[in-house]
Amino acid sequence: MAADPKYLRPDTLGLHAGQRPDPLTGARAVPIYQTTSFVFDDTEHAASLFNLERAGHIYSRISNPTVAVLEERISALEGGLGAVCTASGQAALHLAVATLMDAGSHIVSSASIYGGSHNLFAHTLPRFGIETSFVDARDPNAYAAAIRPNTRLLFGETLGNPGLEVMDMARVASVAHGNGLPLLIDNTFATPCLFRPFDHGADLVMHSATKFLGGHGVAIGGVIVDGGVFDWEASGKFPTLTEPYAGYHGLDFAEEFGPGAFIMRARAEGMRDFGACMSPANAFYILQGVETLSVRMKRHVENARAVIAFLESHAAVTWVSYPELPSHPDHELAAVLLPDGCGSIFTFGIKGGRDAGRKFIEAVELFSHLANVGDAKSLVIHPASTTHQQMDAAALKTAGVGEDMVRLSVGLEDAADLIDDLARALKASQRA
Amino acid sequence: MELQVDGKPVFCATGGKEFDPALPTTLFVHGASFDRTVWKLQARYFAWHGSNVLALDLPGHGRSGGAPLETIEAMADWLVRVLDAAGVEQAALVGHSMGGQVTLDCAGRHGARVRALALLGGALAIPVNSALLDPAAADDHLAFDLLNVWGYGRRAQLGGHRMPGLWMMRGGLRVMERAAKGVLYTDLAATNAYDGGAAAAAVNCPTLVVIGEKDLMTPAKAGRVLAETIPDAVSVIFPGLGHIMLEEDPDATLDALRDFLIPLQNSAAGR
Repeated sequence: MAADPKYLRPDTLGLHAGQRPDPLTGARAVPIYQTTSFVFDDTEHAASLFNLERAGHIYSRISNPTVAVLEERISALEGGLGAVCTASGQAALHLAVATLMDAGSHIVSSASIYGGSHNLFAHTLPRFGIETSFVDARDPNAYAAAIRPNTRLLFGETLGNPGLEVMDMARVASVAHGNGLPLLIDNTFATPCLFRPFDHGADLVMHSATKFLGGHGVAIGGVIVDGGVFDWEASGKFPTLTEPYAGYHGLDFAEEFGPGAFIMRARAEGMRDFGACMSPANAFYILQGVETLSVRMKRHVENARAVIAFLESHAAVTWVSYPELPSHPDHELAAVLLPDGCGSIFTFGIKGGRDAGRKFIEAVELFSHLANVGDAKSLVIHPASTTHQQMDAAALKTAGVGEDMVRLSVGLEDAADLIDDLARALKASQRA
Repeated sequence: MELQVDGKPVFCATGGKEFDPALPTTLFVHGASFDRTVWKLQARYFAWHGSNVLALDLPGHGRSGGAPLETIEAMADWLVRVLDAAGVEQAALVGHSMGGQVTLDCAGRHGARVRALALLGGALAIPVNSALLDPAAADDHLAFDLLNVWGYGRRAQLGGHRMPGLWMMRGGLRVMERAAKGVLYTDLAATNAYDGGAAAAAVNCPTLVVIGEKDLMTPAKAGRVLAETIPDAVSVIFPGLGHIMLEEDPDATLDALRDFLIPLQNSAAGR
């Protein structure tokens, strides 16, 4: 019988990865190292740290022991080589882009993405000379057709926003790799408990840690994880990673760090120069969430399924979009890729359109009307007037956002109470 | 830095410094199926502290061309040709695991070319059992996984990397996965077949043996025997560390190498 490597399993890693009990105090919980800076042993030690000759912490904008625990833990759960935590999910996305490319570059992105990511690609990055083509998340051929000689990144979400388009990730990854390009996946909606993009060919993974990873809605944060598989040198398209960098005395990240070239450059340059770091306190809060992530995700999915069953049978609901439903275009793919569930964020259509949607949202009591998802508490929003409001009509249509669309993020409350709340609000929405 | 040896390219990381013929040279040799990047948290220090660094990729590994060499002795002879190609008469050699066997053999049989020797995770013999050799022969990923979990000490498998944000259990694995098919088996077969007793007894340069207390690949006991066999060798045992101490505790590893090699390096440079 073949030997068993006996890797530590995800539920164990979620509690322990990245941390050893504090050697000075014996503290079992991860301490909050609320400090801006770290004392050097001597001048030589200081110089060695600044020149990346030695590992260690210098200044909490670049790295911090509490934040580093979270970085290792997310990396372990995703199966990555390393991670950098950032001030927000948006900062993580920007860090990836800024690490990989310069002005004159091009991105191919799914059209079905978070509105904030769409804004960055469509409106902000062009000011810095980086353009983006948006394509159908469900069509790997569209990704291929949009690639240009100056393309440097393919991007998408495991579960599209807000339509939960399920990406056929292995096929999109194949397109990316066939063109010497990396695939970056936003895995916020699925979390590594339900889906691990690296197992399906993704090269980089990002999260808004504000959402399910934290789960409590008290801390903004993001993380970018490097799978460590993409061969930057073979691609030849990423001089930031494969040529000497004057900002670190001629350091060639691929030469010295090999598979870790991306994540090392992201920290060494990106956190030093752009500085969108996560605070130690926020890392601590998010770590508390990660400790229970696997347990919570099971409950999120159970509750979502119960709520969806209720909505599907309600006369005031015109449609429900969730990949586990036979009516969803990606039903078969989801059954293969996401057998443990497709998260607890989904959309439905309300009879009566925008006006009924407004009445519904104003009538719910347990569901909170706010611009967030993935909280332990159930949430509701009307995407066309909030998260996706900067999109014009054409972009809204491409992203699958209709005026009757309501998005729910189902939390951890008793499902029966959630259903009662929805029933009351749906009834109110249909009153003249 | 790229050299030509036997008509094939040999890639050496130099720690971000140009090679300077006037400086002493420290040459780092990686273990089975690894490459130069395993020295990422040690080699750069030497490059910025008075030494040329050649953290090389063995043939068929990393960015070096050719096929992997099939015996430790052939790798040791090849090292001498690397020194010739670089124009280095004498160097300090640092080797990890299989790289330790290679540098040991080089120091034992080509002593005039070796100024000092540091062996990490080494032993006179490193028997490789069939549980590992068989999947390696079949290019089964299981071989990488077994090396990964047997290589890192149990404590390290919970993480706590000195380099913020790096996850220990993927770093080495990703390096190994980059190797071409057959490389791991060739390396393990060479390691398994080698007996370093004669070479160890013949070493006549200052030698440091670095031992991981919890090393499953080259147990601490075997490390101590290695140190006792090499004349006048000094040894250091790292409590709680496994076979891949250079990543499990990069600072302790660097400090041990620094404290041993830098004084010798200064002496070689006439400082």
